[in-house]
Order: sequence, then C-alpha cells, then structure tokens
Amino acid sequence: MSSSIQKSTAWRQKRRVLIDNVARYGIGFGGLSVILAIVLIFFYLLWVVLPIFSSAEIHSNQSFLMSSSESGKTVTILPEESGKLAMRLTDSGKAVFFDQADGKTVQVIDLELPEDLGVVSANLVGLQENWLALQLGEDKLFFIKISYRVSFKNDQRVLTPQIEYPFEESLLSFEDAIKSYSITLDEEKMTLSIMTQDHEIKLYRYEVEEGDELAEAESVTDVESQTAVDISLLDDQSLWLYLSNKQGEVSVFDISDIETPELVSQTKILPPDEELSDLKLLIGGSSLLAADKHGDFSQWSIQRDQSNNYFLNRVRGFKHDNAIIHIQSEYRRKGVLLLDSKGTLVIYHTTADNLIAEHHLLDTKAEHFALSARANRLIVEDEHQQISVTKIKNEHPELSWNSLWGEVTYEGYSEPDYIWQSSSADNDFEPKFSLVPLAFGTLKAAFYAMLFATPLAIMGAIYTAYFMSAGMRSWVKPGIEIMEALPTVILGFLAGLWLAPVVENNLLGIISILLILPPGILLFAVLWQKLPKEIHYRVPAGWQAALLMPVIALLVWFAIAAGPVLEAFFFNGSLRVWMESEFGIGYDQRNSLVVGIAMGLAVIPTIFSITEDAIFSVPKYLTQGSLALGATPWQTLTRVVLLTASPGIFSAVMIGLGRAVGETMIVLMATGNTAVMDFSIFEGMRTLSANVAVELPESEIDSSHYRILFLAALVLFVVTFLFNTAAEIVRQRLRKQYGSL
Amino acid sequence: MIENMKSWWGSGTPWIWLNAGAVSISLLLVLGILGMIMVKGMGHFWISDVYEMQYDEGKPRVVIGELIERAEIPLNLYKEVEGKDKPENTEIIERLLIKSGNREQAADFQWIYAHNITSQSTPEDLIKLERLEWGNFYGYLKNVQQAGNVVSSEDNAWEELSRRFDRVLELREKLEALEKDEISSINYGLERLRLKKRKLELDKNDTPENLQEIKDKENAFNAKYDIVIKQLNALRAEISRDSAGFVTSSGSVITIPLKMLVSILKPNEMSVFAKLGHYVLNFYNFIFDDPREANTEGGVFPAIFGTVMMVILMSILVTPFGVVAAVYLREYAKQGPVIRLIRIAVNNLAGVPSIVYGVFGLGFFVYFLGGNIDQLFYAEALPAPTFGTPGLIWASLTLALLTVPVVIVSTEEGLARIPRNLREGSLALGATKIETLWRVVLPMTSPAIMTGLILAVARAAGEVAPLMLVGVVKLAPELPLDDNFPFLHMERKFMHLGFHIFDVGFQSPNVEAARPLVYATAFLLVLVIILLNLSAIMLRNRLREKFKALDV
Repeated sequence: MSSSIQKSTAWRQKRRVLIDNVARYGIGFGGLSVILAIVLIFFYLLWVVLPIFSSAEIHSNQSFLMSSSESGKTVTILPEESGKLAMRLTDSGKAVFFDQADGKTVQVIDLELPEDLGVVSANLVGLQENWLALQLGEDKLFFIKISYRVSFKNDQRVLTPQIEYPFEESLLSFEDAIKSYSITLDEEKMTLSIMTQDHEIKLYRYEVEEGDELAEAESVTDVESQTAVDISLLDDQSLWLYLSNKQGEVSVFDISDIETPELVSQTKILPPDEELSDLKLLIGGSSLLAADKHGDFSQWSIQRDQSNNYFLNRVRGFKHDNAIIHIQSEYRRKGVLLLDSKGTLVIYHTTADNLIAEHHLLDTKAEHFALSARANRLIVEDEHQQISVTKIKNEHPELSWNSLWGEVTYEGYSEPDYIWQSSSADNDFEPKFSLVPLAFGTLKAAFYAMLFATPLAIMGAIYTAYFMSAGMRSWVKPGIEIMEALPTVILGFLAGLWLAPVVENNLLGIISILLILPPGILLFAVLWQKLPKEIHYRVPAGWQAALLMPVIALLVWFAIAAGPVLEAFFFNGSLRVWMESEFGIGYDQRNSLVVGIAMGLAVIPTIFSITEDAIFSVPKYLTQGSLALGATPWQTLTRVVLLTASPGIFSAVMIGLGRAVGETMIVLMATGNTAVMDFSIFEGMRTLSANVAVELPESEIDSSHYRILFLAALVLFVVTFLFNTAAEIVRQRLRKQYGSL
Repeated sequence: MIENMKSWWGSGTPWIWLNAGAVSISLLLVLGILGMIMVKGMGHFWISDVYEMQYDEGKPRVVIGELIERAEIPLNLYKEVEGKDKPENTEIIERLLIKSGNREQAADFQWIYAHNITSQSTPEDLIKLERLEWGNFYGYLKNVQQAGNVVSSEDNAWEELSRRFDRVLELREKLEALEKDEISSINYGLERLRLKKRKLELDKNDTPENLQEIKDKENAFNAKYDIVIKQLNALRAEISRDSAGFVTSSGSVITIPLKMLVSILKPNEMSVFAKLGHYVLNFYNFIFDDPREANTEGGVFPAIFGTVMMVILMSILVTPFGVVAAVYLREYAKQGPVIRLIRIAVNNLAGVPSIVYGVFGLGFFVYFLGGNIDQLFYAEALPAPTFGTPGLIWASLTLALLTVPVVIVSTEEGLARIPRNLREGSLALGATKIETLWRVVLPMTSPAIMTGLILAVARAAGEVAPLMLVGVVKLAPELPLDDNFPFLHMERKFMHLGFHIFDVGFQSPNVEAARPLVYATAFLLVLVIILLNLSAIMLRNRLREKFKALDV
C-alpha cells in the first residue's frame, strides 16, 4: 500500500521535474526566438540592402572556335535575352544559332534574301532588339526579325529560333553606295540616315503600316554639314541627328521636322590633335559617348542655355590608361561597356559616375562585340574567329555613394543637383536616386514639428509637475497622454483637409496667435495680480492653467477674427499674395507650417509625459531644502529641479525627435509630397517614410529602386534606434542618480 | 508700485504663468481636436433641413439643397473671383456651401453668396432621395410610375411611393442574398475545382477518373448557377418595375427607377423625434452597410470587420509570444549586462517607425515567406500568388511584431511588481518554478498582461502606414470570413478603418462629398481607441492599488 503511494508520488515527482525542465527550455527557447525575431528585422533589411554595395562579377570561361568555313564570315552576333542561345549572322546569309554554354550549333537558317547578294553589314533597328537591318550589296537594305518560340519538353525550356521578314520582304534600294547607316523605328514611321561612300548624309522617312510593304520614302533630305562627316548617329525618337568627324567636331541637327533639319549646335568635343576612336549614343539618345585614342572617355549631353540655344555639355568622363577602341551602351540602363586596346573590358555607369569593374577579356583583337539585352552576357569574336562568352553579374550599377548622396548632373540638366525621381515609364528614363532631398525633407519636417512641440511640451510638463495642484494634475496628465494614442492618420487627415485650408485663408491670424499669446498671458497675469485679495483666496494655488484656458481661447478667437482686417489693411488683403509679390516666397497649401503643427501634436504627449516624469521624480527634499534656504519656487525650479532633471528632459526630446523622424501618415497627408530642397516654412517636403509608403507597393522586387527603399527604411531604423538608445541610457543613468541622492 | 512690479518679475511669477499657458494650450488642442472630430463626426448622421432659395446673381434661379458651411471671405478675394466690387449695403461677404445633389445634372456642391439670396424657405414636401449612384437627389415628387405608366400623381403619391419603395427594399434584400451568398459560393467552388484540376495535372495525377469527378462537380455547380441566374433575372425584372418622376430645382422632370434608391425622406416635414429615430438608423446603417460610390457613401462595415479581424488575429499571435519573452527575460534569464542590453533594445523597438515594420513585413513575410509557401503548397494557382501577396495574415503578423515590445514591457513591469516573498513562499512549499509561475505569479500578472494587450490593440487599430504595404486595400470584394470552406481566408486582402480615412479623404475624386463620412469614420476610430486606452489605464491603476497593499 505505502509502497504504491511512494511509487505514485515518486512518479509524480518525476513528472513535475520533467515539466519544470520542459518549461524552462521551452520558455528559454520561446523568449530567445521572439528576441531573435526582433533582431531579424535589422538583419533582413541589411540583407536586402547589401547587394547595392556589392561590385560586379565577371566570369569569362566559355570560349570556343567557330568553324567559319561552313557558313561564312561573321557579320554580326546577336545574343538571345535569356542567355541560352545566340545568333551569328554570316556574310553568306546564314543565321547560325549556337548554344552560349558550349558553342555548339543548334540550328542554321538560310535567310531568304531577295537577290543573290552577300550581307555586308547589319544594324539593330532602333530599340527593337530583335530587328535587324541588313545591308545587301552596296546599296540595298533588307529587314529581318529574330524571335524565339518557347516550348517545354520534359519540363525543360526549349527555344526554337525563328526568322521573319517584316514589311513583306521589302527591299530598299538607294542611288548611292552606302558606307554606314542608322535606323529608328516606331509604330508610325521609320527614319533612316545614310552616309554615302562620299560621306554625304541623307535622311529618309518612311511611313510604316503593320504588315504592309514599305512604300517609297515619304521624304528624302540632304543634310548639309559645314564640316567633314565620318560618323552619323540617330537617336531612337528621331529627334536629333548627330554628325561628327574623326577630329571630334560634332554637329547636332534638330530633325523633328524631317524635311528641314536645323543645325542647333556645333561643338568640338576633343582637344586639338586628338582623334576619336569611337562615338556612340547612350540609351535615350540625348547623350553622346566619346572615346579618343589616348583613353579619354566622356559623356556629352544636349542642353539648353538661358537664351534657349542648344549646346553640348561635357557631363562627366574619366581617363583610362589605354585607348578605348569600342563603346557599347547597355540597352535598358545608362551603363556602358568599353573595350580598350589591350583587350580589357571596362564597365561604367554614367549617372552614378561609377567605374564598376575592369576585367581582362582577351589578348587578340576583337572583331565583334555583342551585349545581351539584359546586359548580363557579352559575346566577343576575335580576329581568329574565336568566340568567347562572358557572364556579367551587375545588378545595381546605378547605385553608388555618389548617386545616392552626392550631386549628380543628370541628362538635360545644366548643373549637378540632388533629385529624387524614381518612376520610369520606359528604359530611356534616367532614374534619379538621390536620397538627399528625402533626408532633407525628413529633417525639415522633424525640425518644424520639434519647434512647435518642444517648448509647449517642456513648459507644460514643468508646470504640471511642479506648480500644478495635485487634483488638477491627476486629470491633466492622462488627458494629454491620451493624445499619444490618437491615430496619426486622424491627425494627418485633419491637418490636410481642415487645417491646411484654414491656415491658407487665415495666414496672418495664425501667425499672430504666436505673437499675441505670450504678451496676452502676461497681461492677464498682471491684471490678476491687481485683483482684490478676496478673489485670489477663492482660487487655490496651482490652478493658473485652468484660469488661462478661457483667456487663451479668447485670444485665439481675437487673432483669427482680426487677421483678415489686418491683412486687408497692411498686406493688400492677402499676406500670401503679398509675400509672393514682394519677396517671391512661394506658398503651398500643404506646407511645413501645417506639418509642424500636426506632427507637433503627435510629439507633444511623448515629450510631455517623459519630461513630466523626470521633473516629478526629482527627490522632494532637494526642492524643500532649496525653498527652506529662501529661494523662490522659480529659483528652485531653474537652479535645482531643472538641473537635476535635465538628462530626463534630454531623453524626452530625443524620443520625440525619433518619433517625428519616422512619422509617416501625417507627412503623407499634410504635405504635397514633392521632393524639394527648400527650407521655407511655406513649402512642403517629401520624407523618407512617406516616400517608402508611396513607392514601395509599386516597386519591382529586388530592383535597384526596391533596394533603395529598403535602404531608406534601414536608415530610419538605425537613426531612431540610436536616438532611442541614447535617450534610454541617459534615463537609466538618471534613475541611478536619483537613487543615490 | 513699480518696486512691487519689479519684484514680481524677479520672482519668476510671469514664467510660471507662461508655463501654465503652455499646459492650457496643450489641453485646448486636445479638447479641440477631440471635440471637432466628435461634432463633425456625429453631425454626419443628422438629417438637416433642405432649403429652397430664390437666388439672383444676374439671372434668377432656384437653389435647393442642404446648408453645409458658412464662411466669410475677404473683400479682395471676392473681387478677384467675381471681378466686381462688393455690392452696396453689405459689409461682409458671406458665402454658403450648399449641397444641392443631383450630380448627374450639375456639380453636387456649390458656393453661393448670402447677399444674392432673395428669399428662402423650407417647404414640407421637398424630398431628399439617397441613391445608389450619383449621390443625393433633392426635388419634388411629381408622380409614381409602374412600367412607365403613371399610377399616381395626386396627393397620395407620397404614400404610394413609400409603399412601393418598401417593396423594392424587400426585393433588394432577396437579390443581395442571392448575389452575395449563392453566386459567390458557386464561383468560389468553381475556382477551387479549377485549382484542383491544375494540381492533379502538376502532380501527374490527372487520370480520367479524377478528371471526370471534377467535371461532374463542375456540372453540378453550373446547373445550380443556371437556376440561381433564373431566379436573379426574375427578381431583377420585378425590382425594375416601378419608378417615379421628380421635379428638380431648375423645373425639369426626371424619372428615377425605385431600384436606384436607398432612402426617401421629407426632411422638412419630420419632427425632431422622427429625426432622432433616423439619426439612430443612419448610425446603424453606417456601421452595418457596405460602402458605395467609391467609398464616399454608404457604410464602413467591411472596414470595421477587417480591422477587428486583424486585431483579433494579431492578439492571438502577440499575447503568447510577448508573455513568454517577458517571462524569460524576467524569470529565467540570468540578469546581467546582456539582458539589460536586450531589454533596452526591446524598449527601443517600440520607438522604431511603424513604416519600417511595414517594409520588413512586405519583404520578409509577403515576398519571402509567402512566396515560398506558394511554391510549396499552392503551386497550382501560380503564377497568381496566394500567400505571396499582401494579405490579412501578413498584416496581423507585422502588427504583432510591431506591438510585441508593448506586451513585453507591460508584462515585465507586472512581473517586477509581484513581491519576492510570494514566489519564495510558493517555492518553500515545494512547488517547482513553473508551478509557481503558472499558479501564483502569472494569475497575479494577468491585469498587466491585459493592459499590455489592450495597449497593443489600441496601437494596432490606429496604425496605417505599415498596413498600406502588407495587406490593406481600398475596396475588398470579399470579407476574410465567410461561409465558404475553410471559412477564414487569411490570405485575402482586407479593409481597415484607418486606411479608409486616408483613402476616402485623400484619394477620392469627390472630396467634398466624402468629407462628412471621413469625419464619421475618424470619430468611430477615435472612440474605439480612446475607450481601449482608458480601459488600459484603469486596469493599470487597479493593478497598482492592488499591489500597494502587498508591498508593505
């Protein structure tokens, strides 16, 4: 009997110990994993942001010999987008498709060329990456389109190349032999600039109908250049024609009216005695990229000066050790690949002014140089028909320290500037990723909010903690603290839809509130002093705040009512208009004043609450000692209490600042969200947080834009975390200090 | 006297007064904001009188509508806008904002000048119609029509209209039941079958038997669909039967089908009690109706529902984790510099901007976790994402992460307040640590845990910025909870009161029309949050009182 009881107790005992241990480890595990989850936020943000700072990787390991005998000499190479196949077009009119991995020929298609002419050269048609214009014989042009049909065989992606002949196999014949040509094509028209063997430039314009043959050229124009011409380039919207000679004398023609090309600028972009080695257009067609025989590389962008004349402006450039012999711009970004005379590949990004990578590619002379549309594969054929495929991993070339935080000269801008403009409708757009205006906006909003909130909150806290009667304090403190819980979306909505129009219509009234409140309060204090003693006795000490409430309400009403009258009298009816006309101060309806007030309201309870705690918990015997020595309450406050509590007040301000920096909804709703760099209180701003809220949902995963927005979030995280930690450490010190007093 | 003044200045009394002024200003701001939201929010439901005004601004016309706002404008602005001097015998220029409805004919809000009004009245037979489309209508009833034939145009037209309108309401209820429940569950079933079929294909399980089974079910759904559609069409024909002719302020007559109406009222005829009755009804409808007209009219039920669902899910997630973390930090972990650091970090996380949590939620939960879940379990729906897109569960998780520091801090505070001797007593009696915790400590901490939870809920309910990234939408066609298996659809997007305010106030095309609704929504949100906070404060105070006795 007893043994069975013993047994069961022993068993129970064991179970209890087991449960205790399980709980110990369970709670330990749970607690640590929650803490880890919190830490994860930081590391995840960092993980997303880090690729921004990683440099490009280049692997050129596939290299193979082309048997040129069977299909002829290479005219051009065209890689397929996904990086699996590539096409080699030969002079005998064969399209040889080979695998980029091993160089094995997958398929050979004999082009159905209209006449028995060899292919002399091939050019991409504008931005249509898979359209080629072929020069047949001396004076004929023909078009082909390469596409790849995707099918799945055994869950493997299989690409089948196809060649089509657009424009119903139209063959364009010209009177003169062609030396070089460039073509742009859009939905309605095709523009063609041809340089004849005699270096004369002719512009042709064709109307394009889908599925139709190309008719006779709609217009043919001779372009008269004052200098000799060796190179002609056409931008892909056919607005500009750039002509240049070997000496670097560039003429820019406005060809928006194709029949009368207008010479708008003539610039020599090279020093005397220097010679161009290559000249290309950057994607978008408004920048020229020039390289000379001594390794100087430069970007020239077309701009307008004050009198509306166009000119070519050298935006940026760098000096390379060896001559750059080949320039290849990327198809979808503002990046450039350069090949120098020693066979070194240089990858450069123009906007970021970022030399991303240098890599020795080949020892022989390159004959053909082809870049895939995604700029991740480079195929080079050298003089010995050796073809090599180079893999390039270069995800975020547009991001550098300089493009994020420095001044950048963007295309079409005459001066370097800080600009945030991330959205892009097409590839031609140059994304402007300067975080400076956003950081500026964040600080500006926080500054005005703190300007409004700090004095009110700290002074209020001083009074509440030190002078206010206990009865009133027990109501006032939670009353102000409840504001902290007020959703910021409501503050933002009130600020944007109610306060902003009110401020706009009563600007002087609002400003004069600031001016008349302090003297008004003091005047009331003086008058109160003068009142007979009987009334004083009826109002106990520490109720001044309650007495002042109707006074302040009255003063505010007075200021608002008097505002329009004063405005009519002094400022011709409207202070806004007057400021604009007299000083050129612009006025946004949703401006920093509105944000300052609204966000100030969100910050006041935070600062108030912490400051009040800090002052209230100053040990009583300190103040009593000071008062006993004959100091007035005010002297005690300033010399004893505030001094002791100052670390607490500092931490309150830090925490308030942290909140103001990260606040999203109020700035989103109460500002115009334009990224301007103007400190004026009457202009709006765009903050980091609002920018993230607006742009992140539309941002493509893992794109540069996406990572920058994560960077913005990381910056916010780190900044507020540092503010708060500083505040917390100061507060803990303070607590210890009080403990020892 | 002057001496007296000097010593008064010297004593610092003016400074005290200025500090008192700061308190007063802060208090006035708080009261002003709360008061304004309350007045404007509650005013939305009141049925105000409809005025008929003879208005003369060169050419006379009649303005019918509700008075929304009066404003005085500066003379120069008047001159700028109107291009003429102020009229004789008026000192101030007063403008009235009139909601004149009838959006299909003209702008539904207009500013008019008070001095141009020659006369105004509130005729009893003026009618205010709330419509499904085009906003309100104001005018006079002319006749009631059935299938285009006038059936009543006499004095009893109003009674006839009311009778027929009640019939329309009944029919509409049936229609909505069919559309919402039957049709949507059929569509849902069909979609599930499609996915099932795709899954079979992916798993190479698409044997003829399996496919036939699906085909049969599809046929069953389609047959049911045909029946429901027939019923629907019959009802739709029924509900379109009646219409009514109305005279507008410009004298033209328009015919409005009764099926387009939401309510018919004669506001000027109503007594205060009738208006009070309608006030309650309006409030009820606001809470329980779906939004209409791009959210600018109707109710906010889906937003309330979404907010509540999200908060409940968040609470379920945040409470155990928060409490376990707090218990670990306070009871199990070895107190030292590391734990102190962690404690500071946790404290500070409450101050990290909420948008940062949103960014993390989108990147980690939605794209990373959700994307992988889709790859593993919902491959049949790809490329359409199931969990790899913002949704309820991710919003709740994000907010749980956002609010977990609040729960941890509050619970820790509660644990710290429990006197040592209670724990020691329990341990001395032979209880293990977990028994002490579970039986003695945690029950006593429960008010603190509750306080933390309530504060977390209050914060979560008002938070908008992160939700914009992880799951809130302006209009969710389906609620996250319905009668289709598995009933709780955590992957769905949802509506939220806070976002509703942002969206309607700032992104709707007709801000003027939406404004009252935004105030009402804001009022609702503020009310909920303040009540939650007050209860948290009260709980905390009770807790402090309770343990004061133990401390001694």
